[in-house]
Amino acid sequence: MDIIVCIKQVPDTAEIRINPETNTLMREGVPSIINPFDLHALEAALQIREQLGGRVTVLTMGPPQAEVSLREAVSMGADEAVLLSDRAFAGSDTWATSYTLARAIKKLGAHLIFCGKQAIDGDTAQVGPETAEFLDMPHISYIRKIEEVRDDYIRVERMMDDGYDVVESSLPVLLTVVRELNQPRMPSLKGKMAAKKAVIKKMGMADIDAREEDLGLRGSPTQVKNIFAPEIRAERRMIGGTAEEQVYTLIKELRESKCL
Amino acid sequence: MVFAEQREGKVAPVAYELLGAGRRLADELGTRLVAVLLGAEEGEAGELIRWGADRVILCSDPSLEKFNDDTYSQALAKIITEQRPSIVLAGATPIGRSFIPRVAAKVRTGLTADCTSLEIDKETGNLLQVRPAFGGNIMATILCPGYRPQMATVRPRVMKRGEYDPERAGEIVNADLGGLRSRTKVLESVREVSSVAVNLHETEFIVAGGRGIGGEKGYKLLEELAGALGGAVGASRAAVDEGWIPYSHQVGQTGKTVNPKVYIACGISGAVQHLVGMQSSDIIIVINKNPEAPIFNVATYGIVGDLFEIVPLLTKKIKEIKGP
Repeated sequence: MDIIVCIKQVPDTAEIRINPETNTLMREGVPSIINPFDLHALEAALQIREQLGGRVTVLTMGPPQAEVSLREAVSMGADEAVLLSDRAFAGSDTWATSYTLARAIKKLGAHLIFCGKQAIDGDTAQVGPETAEFLDMPHISYIRKIEEVRDDYIRVERMMDDGYDVVESSLPVLLTVVRELNQPRMPSLKGKMAAKKAVIKKMGMADIDAREEDLGLRGSPTQVKNIFAPEIRAERRMIGGTAEEQVYTLIKELRESKCL
Repeated sequence: MVFAEQREGKVAPVAYELLGAGRRLADELGTRLVAVLLGAEEGEAGELIRWGADRVILCSDPSLEKFNDDTYSQALAKIITEQRPSIVLAGATPIGRSFIPRVAAKVRTGLTADCTSLEIDKETGNLLQVRPAFGGNIMATILCPGYRPQMATVRPRVMKRGEYDPERAGEIVNADLGGLRSRTKVLESVREVSSVAVNLHETEFIVAGGRGIGGEKGYKLLEELAGALGGAVGASRAAVDEGWIPYSHQVGQTGKTVNPKVYIACGISGAVQHLVGMQSSDIIIVINKNPEAPIFNVATYGIVGDLFEIVPLLTKKIKEIKGP
């Protein structure tokens, strides 16, 4: 079983702040991490390899420094790591990213492809399904449990708003996973050694038979027009005083507005 | 064009909200509003017209009765290719978020997820799609100028429904799509009605906690306050990520969108990711130690203070008022 896990290096968004004067993101000093959902995707792939044998390849598209995340994935147990990096990929939106990933996956070949359900920086949840479409492959989203997997068949539970669906598919298939699926393992000592020595395979535009006009900013249908900070609620009232006074005032206000 | 999601033949509420937004955009552009309804009956199509659609494209193919990424994306892409709408809106529900990206890939256009505002640019006629970005710390306006349709998803309870007109007339067209193929199959749909989910959507009071609650002890205090108010407990992503509160309580872009009468945010810093899920609450009470916390920007009442002191006091007072 050949499995590809798509991972993304993301800024730890919990640490990001806006500069109130310039209205821009303060990204300096914000640590980069593997997108948390992708760790669950990797764990699922490793468990299937343990059960059925095969190889787990981690794939990321990003700048050269994304190599750090690939090595971290190797330390958890991935067999191979591929960095998809090229200036031509810069500025990709979800359409162009999915197209590029799909071209690379086609080259690498796999029976199963795992993605996290979404990345915490963009939160779109689009790249998994779009990649599957470019691969002309089915996908199943929000996998919370893998009930059965064989060389040509998989049955999973897909999380929905009001419960779950049991879904089956032939292989190859792309799966996006939610946190409930598993608990990602910690890197082992042996894994850490392997990560240090691992040779990261690099792929660029020339290696994936992609149409240049479909890559990067040029290939992206969407554009970011501007960014801005969220609005302030107009009728805000700050309540001061001691804790008792604050609670007293608040209760009074709530009773006046008939909330209590 | 609005994709009107249905489950078990019943149209999802988000579809009516999208018709509200779609009606406004169509009027501004001087065009008609079309709803696409897959796998349902004509009766439901009539409802879509009464909520603002001019025309409903109905496809009752049996392969569309249950949600299926393959058949749904093929069907909608086919309809889009034939009808050439300038805008396509869909709910950012588990169904919409799963198959709409495939449709965007098929028809080679952009897709903007989880829009919180949709307006027409007066000069260019392009759709201005506002969404939270970077973990929700900032808002971004997204354009799709060179491709059509301009596709966007919107989370439930973000847009307002339009006027319901029982007399409103419109056209219902049956589409015969044919040749839909599926590689996946839903064997079974299991309902797990979480009392939490129901409560968060229906309650008048939500007491929510963030990183500032510090652990399960803080969570207990929130539960007590929510109990006294007859409300439910919500959580920010930070508190869920720490493992203090289960995910089913999460409010925000990656959790639930809620609009109770009163939302009490305790120890929540206020990343936009959280704010987009609760800022339409009628009254927002913020309790936070840090006066600089961005959550104060959306507060109706702001209290700078220690939640471990304020919350128990509040619980006590409310119990006194409500009596035993």
